[in-house]
Amino acid sequence: MPPREGTYGLLAEFDTPSDLVRAAVKARQDGWRRMDCYTPYPVEEAAEAIGFHRNKVPLVTLIGGLMGLAAMFSLETWISVLAYPLNIAGRPTYSWPAFIIPAYEWTILWAGLSAAFGMLALNGLPSLYHPLFNAPNFRNGATTDKFFLCLEALDPKFNLVETRAYLGTLDPVSVVEVEY
Amino acid sequence: MAPTDLKPKNPSSPTNPIRGAGVDPATGEFRVLGLGQTFLSVTQKIAGIVLTPETPLGWFALFSVGGAGATVLLVAITWLFLKGTGIWAVTQPVAWGFAIINFVWWIGIGHAGTLISAILLLFKQGWRNSINRFAEAMTIFAVVCAGMFPLIHVGRPWLGYWLLPYPSTMNVWPQFRSPLLWDVFAVSTYATISVVFWYIGMVPDFGTFRDRAHNRFAQYFYGLLSLGWRGSSRHWMRYETASLLLSGLATPLVLSVHTVISFDFAVAVLPGWHTTIFPPYFVAGAIYSGFAMVLTLAIPLRKFYHLEGLVTERHIDNMGKVMLATGFIVAYGYGMEAFMAWYSASHWEAFMFWNRVFGPMGWSYWVLITCNLAIPLTTLWSRKLRTSIPFMFFISIVVNTGMWFERFVIVVTSLYRDFLPSSWGTYRATKWDYMIYVGTLGLFTALFLLFVRFLPMIPMNEIRMMLPGAKIGPKAPPKNAAEVVN
Repeated sequence: MPPREGTYGLLAEFDTPSDLVRAAVKARQDGWRRMDCYTPYPVEEAAEAIGFHRNKVPLVTLIGGLMGLAAMFSLETWISVLAYPLNIAGRPTYSWPAFIIPAYEWTILWAGLSAAFGMLALNGLPSLYHPLFNAPNFRNGATTDKFFLCLEALDPKFNLVETRAYLGTLDPVSVVEVEY
Repeated sequence: MAPTDLKPKNPSSPTNPIRGAGVDPATGEFRVLGLGQTFLSVTQKIAGIVLTPETPLGWFALFSVGGAGATVLLVAITWLFLKGTGIWAVTQPVAWGFAIINFVWWIGIGHAGTLISAILLLFKQGWRNSINRFAEAMTIFAVVCAGMFPLIHVGRPWLGYWLLPYPSTMNVWPQFRSPLLWDVFAVSTYATISVVFWYIGMVPDFGTFRDRAHNRFAQYFYGLLSLGWRGSSRHWMRYETASLLLSGLATPLVLSVHTVISFDFAVAVLPGWHTTIFPPYFVAGAIYSGFAMVLTLAIPLRKFYHLEGLVTERHIDNMGKVMLATGFIVAYGYGMEAFMAWYSASHWEAFMFWNRVFGPMGWSYWVLITCNLAIPLTTLWSRKLRTSIPFMFFISIVVNTGMWFERFVIVVTSLYRDFLPSSWGTYRATKWDYMIYVGTLGLFTALFLLFVRFLPMIPMNEIRMMLPGAKIGPKAPPKNAAEVVN
């Protein structure tokens, strides 16, 4: 559990995505690990720069989809063969081709819900409070037209004075301290 | 066709009628976005429509029209619940009437929204970004209207939950070999996935609204909806993966939904319905009518809210091309129906087709041919007409009408003269049928207007990705960074 008081990190603001990516690449090369970029739209290069290459959303989606498929197909089979067998124009009670269609729909339903809610859960959302919202320039820019790099206080290299000076060498527009 | 034929001829020539700011001189193609847009200008434009205390008077005027329609729907449905489906024109032999026609029509309209948001995303068609959000909203409101019809058509809608497999004290379970039950799963999945896709797409834009709102209530409202979105790179990457996966899932879903709906007809052993062409022909028809509806909505919207820089001639032109292509698939479907009526050598099939075209209700077939084939498929070839805004609005209304008549023709003209001449009848819709249909149009309009007023109708985060400022510059020394990028 991270401490809930003191400094969360130092936030550097950039005007263009290229500046941000260059700064993030540099910080990563210089050994920073606890950091994140904040952009108003997805910037793949920024994610790569901070060393975030793959995520678990596809796996969650696959598991969800397979669960939906298995759930619906077994439900249909159980209902039609055991629980309530009906003679429909002499067709076998186990009419698996007909069962494919609802099972197919449920595969998509569960996979889609797993993708959406799995993504939110992995992102730790919803979380209506975050220390970054305390930064004076963050809300004005991060969702509109500014690009941010945050070096977090949990990184072993973090030192308020030295890190601020270090960020200054990356040519940001501004550097502010973010508090919990 | 050579690729140059698809581009405006000689874009820089002063005699070219479609020359102008909309054409990019480098490629000769229409621009996807107007010139001079920046991250801030796009955000201000789109957020400004919502985050303002002033609502245009025209919005209220249209909303009262839509609201009046929704009220008509409420009245008609109340009477329906009190009296039963006997107030409709459905009886033997035409046991399926307006309710099924409207159901198929509305679901079909919804499909273009999913197509634009999912299939065109997979094909990396960047131009879709301006129109995908309101196309998705159109999908959801169309599904709301569509989903109502099967429910009110069951006669006792308060027992609608009997369609679901649940352990009841009666020990009765649904019958999974019926296409009508497949419909329950197809349409409910479609509605759920569409809503999830739409909402997830809006989350980052809600974050923008939260941060730009001045009004306390708006900050709380959009703050809650944004789930605390803060644009972290890690979040964005998972978000992009999830969007891509949802598109990949929505694509087979949208194809399956109209396929399952066509099974409602095709599985029945009835001339005019029992045909294998139905699934692809229904799906193409759905996309055809859906794009027409997107145009019907987009053309007034871009005019009213001055969005010409974001929804450009390129969008209108491309939508015209998609309509041309799907229109020809639909034409192939009509042709194949006629061909099979002859080639099957079935007396019943041949009679059904003759009766559909020349029988007492043959006028509906000719309305369909005029609106779906004769007018659009001859004119949409012309680039000049495809980029003429009034003409495209006209065409969109024509195609919507035509596609409604297609469903009318399929449902009514296949049923009203069946195997036994002694049971032949006709179909004449009652005022309640019309009231419910007009009512759903009103409900759709009202919901859409609420969406335009309170939600981000153009996805800001996706538009930002397409702006020139979003290009990541080469690894230049930091001092020159700003010059390299801009």
